[in-house]
Amino acid sequence: MDPRARYRAVAFDKPAPFALPSFNAAPLLAFTKRAAAQVLPPLVMVLLILGIWQLACGGTGSALPPPTKVFKDTWPLIRDPFFDRGGVDKGLFWHIIASLRRVALGFSLAAIAGVGLGVLVGQSKLAMRGLDPIFQVLRTVPPLAWLPLSLAAFKQTDPSAIFVIFITAIWPIIINTAVGVRALPQDYRNVARVLGLSHFEMFTKILLPATVPFIFTGLRIGVGLSWLAIIAAEMLIGGVGIGFFIWDAWNSSLISEIILALIYVGLVGVCLDRLIALAGRFVSKGTA
Amino acid sequence: MTQHYLSIEGVSMQFGKQVPVLSDLWLGVEKGEFVSLIGHSGCGKSTLLNIVAGLLHATDGTVILDGVSCEDPGPDRAVVFQNHSLLPWLTVYENVKLAVDKVFKGKKTKQQRHEWVIENLELVHMTHALDKRPGEISGGMKQRVGIARALAMEPKLLLLDEPFGALDALTRANLQDEVMAIHRRLGNTVLMITHDVDEAVLLSDRIVMLTNGPEATIGQVLDVDLPRPRDRLTLADDARYVAARRDVLRFLYERQRPPAEKAA
Repeated sequence: MDPRARYRAVAFDKPAPFALPSFNAAPLLAFTKRAAAQVLPPLVMVLLILGIWQLACGGTGSALPPPTKVFKDTWPLIRDPFFDRGGVDKGLFWHIIASLRRVALGFSLAAIAGVGLGVLVGQSKLAMRGLDPIFQVLRTVPPLAWLPLSLAAFKQTDPSAIFVIFITAIWPIIINTAVGVRALPQDYRNVARVLGLSHFEMFTKILLPATVPFIFTGLRIGVGLSWLAIIAAEMLIGGVGIGFFIWDAWNSSLISEIILALIYVGLVGVCLDRLIALAGRFVSKGTA
Repeated sequence: MTQHYLSIEGVSMQFGKQVPVLSDLWLGVEKGEFVSLIGHSGCGKSTLLNIVAGLLHATDGTVILDGVSCEDPGPDRAVVFQNHSLLPWLTVYENVKLAVDKVFKGKKTKQQRHEWVIENLELVHMTHALDKRPGEISGGMKQRVGIARALAMEPKLLLLDEPFGALDALTRANLQDEVMAIHRRLGNTVLMITHDVDEAVLLSDRIVMLTNGPEATIGQVLDVDLPRPRDRLTLADDARYVAARRDVLRFLYERQRPPAEKAA
């Protein structure tokens, strides 16, 4: 019998469904419920906090503006983030982009150097004995403490800020990569040896893919620290950047603008974290 | 002295300054032979297999395969590991392909290598899951892929390290039958570690029984004189099968008590 004929016969033999062929609302309802369960609690909390804030700062003579005043004061900035009147008088978009550019440069350098050093320290006992104590000391130095030194070395503000990002982000990347390399199961090493993989093939085909989840943990911590450090560094070095924007607003007593900038800084920080997490999931193909 | 295909000559193994694990072990395996190593856990079976694989260096003695000394690991001695050891970020196809590309680069064209991967996965009936990752398939399937990866290297010697130990009884029986079928078809030389008496008798031409460690060595070698192909159902009542089984059990439970019982 022609298999297609059998298929057709089966299809016709099936009893007609009793339900009306109407729109089935159940899945949509379930989705809405799930979405509400996700969105409602944080929404309620935000409204609650705004309410308390409004009550606390709503009176006359309050040092900080209430949410309504913040919104009213900063509406021009929110509405047009893209204006550019030269110098540092730019929209928030340009400030954030300037900060992100510095983070991107410093963080990329830190990622490359950090993974390289991490693999070295993870693979070689000698390298670990020599370098690990140094790393442990250097990683406790606060980011901003590097700034004067880098200003002295680079004699320019932009490379100095990028160096501060680099030196802040590199430690968690090194340490996590090294832990990942050391955690490589002996089985995988045995497989590589039985197959007769060269050192280079061992590195690219086994070590690196096996270490990817660890590397991305380091990258995530690193990008978070970078974003913390750049804001502080920019306050000191000036120029275009969200950090200096905040400092500038303080000098002009524009408290509402500071609050708006803080919200933006927080949102961008979350986006950076999610971006790295997403990249990690993509690179490790969901096996992490 | 006649030349064996695989020759284990006076192998001893000592870790640090402890009592040696293996002591002066001699064994010859012929081409196409299926030999099982059986013994209580901790007796050094896995150590011996790792020495033959080249993953460990014997403190004394040598292992010679087809006239070549086995100092370092190599694809001529493919290992099927107990815990399958597939790379979790590669698909079933890619796991086998990695081995095939490494061993046959320059000897086979790209198309031939692809076909060879498929052919070996067909041998273990895993072509339906080419694009699955190890995390998405069952333990038995993973072990099949591990076997396919080892076979695809066309090794002179196939080393099985308790390959079915982590599987449930039904899956294990199934895979044992398939390994027998593959062995009949390809005529591989196989050295298998096991702690399962039935498995050893069913699959092997010879069973090598190790004494309890430390300083383990070969206690007894049993020839399993059963015609192939073997069928587990008809063999269950076969007098020769029952006798072989009894011999191994006697060795393990009378002459070599399990270490825990001896301590008690």
